[in-house]
Amino acid sequence: MKSIFPIVTVVIAIIVLWYGAAVGMNSKWVYDQAKRAGTQVTFSQMVAETWAQKRPVLPVPHQVVAELYKSTVLKNIASKRSLVFHGWITLSATLMGFLFGTGMGILLAVGIVHNRAMDMSVMPWAIASQTIPILAIAPMIVVVMSTMGATDFLGKETATAIFGYQPAFMQGLLPKAVIAAYLSFFPVVVGMVKGLRAPDHMQLDLLRTYNASKTRTLWSLRLPASTPYLFTSLKVGMAAALVGAIVSELSASPLRGLGARMLTGSYYGQTIQIWAALFAAATMAAILVGAIGMIQHRALKKMGMVQ
Amino acid sequence: MIWIYGVLIFWAAAFALNIYLSNSPWHETRVIKLVVPAIFGITILVVWEGLVRGLEVPAVILPPPSVIWQKIRESLPVFAFDFFKFPFLNIYFAQPSILWTDFVQTFAKGALTGYIIGCGSAVITAIMIDRSPFLQRGLLPVGNFIAALPIIGTAPILVMWFGFDWHSKAAVVVVMVFFPMLVNTVQGLAATDSMQRDLMRTYAGGYWNTLMKLRLPAAMPAIFNGLKIATTLALIGAIVAEFFGSPTRGMGFRISVEVGRLGLDMVWAEITVAALAGSAFYGVVAMIEKGVTFWHPSQRG
Repeated sequence: MKSIFPIVTVVIAIIVLWYGAAVGMNSKWVYDQAKRAGTQVTFSQMVAETWAQKRPVLPVPHQVVAELYKSTVLKNIASKRSLVFHGWITLSATLMGFLFGTGMGILLAVGIVHNRAMDMSVMPWAIASQTIPILAIAPMIVVVMSTMGATDFLGKETATAIFGYQPAFMQGLLPKAVIAAYLSFFPVVVGMVKGLRAPDHMQLDLLRTYNASKTRTLWSLRLPASTPYLFTSLKVGMAAALVGAIVSELSASPLRGLGARMLTGSYYGQTIQIWAALFAAATMAAILVGAIGMIQHRALKKMGMVQ
Repeated sequence: MIWIYGVLIFWAAAFALNIYLSNSPWHETRVIKLVVPAIFGITILVVWEGLVRGLEVPAVILPPPSVIWQKIRESLPVFAFDFFKFPFLNIYFAQPSILWTDFVQTFAKGALTGYIIGCGSAVITAIMIDRSPFLQRGLLPVGNFIAALPIIGTAPILVMWFGFDWHSKAAVVVVMVFFPMLVNTVQGLAATDSMQRDLMRTYAGGYWNTLMKLRLPAAMPAIFNGLKIATTLALIGAIVAEFFGSPTRGMGFRISVEVGRLGLDMVWAEITVAALAGSAFYGVVAMIEKGVTFWHPSQRG
């Protein structure tokens, strides 16, 4: 509670700076327009105009919020101009990739902890992969998977047979989910290996005196002890999956999702649209990561690991 | 068929060898710790090569490693030596090379410039807000929050502001590395305890003395942690920003163009360079860290 006031101050300062910067960055256009029309603009007119341009260099917060409101609440959510529609496309790819990536990551971590050959051969590569810009392969995966025809989650026929139509998010879902999974995979492996090794010798020895099997040790000691690490890697994995989904949308077809909104915005100079998509992506990240954080707090409290 | 059988036999042999080595009495030695992952890596390359050839996978889906290697060798710069032509700096590029131009454009100009500016300004900002607990309490949660957001999304905006050349890539990198670096530095500056700071006070060490002789050195492990995280972010930022527009060179540009032309060997060559550059960049920062924080327990073990 003590830090609410400072945080609010900082946020207000950022917003004030933002409006100021918008005046500075957008004023050139206003003056150019006035010059062309042969009129004079006063300072207050200029300021008012910089905050209300259609394609400003830097849109001001209220324009972005207005655009967000317009494209979420006022638009039909099935419309291709609705940010809810595009957000859902991104969200579905993120979540699917996250589930697969973290699931495989946890399984591999369990394998690494139990098998020394696996540990020694895979672990150095998993750690090295953290230093590599894996995201660079996103366009290639998208294109290769569409060459192979593996883009839709359920094919058109299958989806129509089940739902009566093919839901929009299923089109082109697979490549995005694969990239999202790939990005969230390695951080989870590294984090979970650390977590599964968190129990110390005393605790492991105690289970040995109980004649506990490896499986029993995993369920009763290693997994519970790794919970804090699990949630930390889940947060990292979720953020990575979202970034993967957004970047893969730059080259995916059909051109949909928050990443696609940014790309089309930058093609047509629709700065407000880019900012709105950016804000939507940021909100989504905050909600997803925040939700994991909340579950973490609850779970750790229940397990007696935090006060 | 012979390729597939060969691959299966090689794979089984390498697998058995790795199991033997890692359960052998020498598994704690340094050599084995390097050999085992190396065998694993080589096995993947061999299996890749064999399966692509055996199953006749088209090159537009997955080129085999040998073809990628061929492409890399073709696209590498050729150095030549001509004393009479250039009496002073007499090693020069005999042949302009795609990989080298792309590397210079993306890594040296975009990523490295942005990395230095971003990390430098983050450390300076951290030292400045460190004097005010109020700003710390306000900026740290905001910084932590922003560090978790998909900042890469600012790339289209910054490309619009700073143009297609490397300046916009450097700007994206600055934005991406700033907040993780800021948070780490502020945490590092808080690493000293009151005993140590009291000792500095008994020496009549003022703010600057305490900062330079106690708090910055003590912050170095955290600062280097941030610097290491930032190396990967810098390369990612520079490459992805090129997807939003760039001059006709750069690693991200080449990847997106060659993907469109289905020239996957070139794409893999660029990815190899990116991977090597990323690891080398990280390695250099880690080596500097070893020299600077030799006193820290994590470096002594």
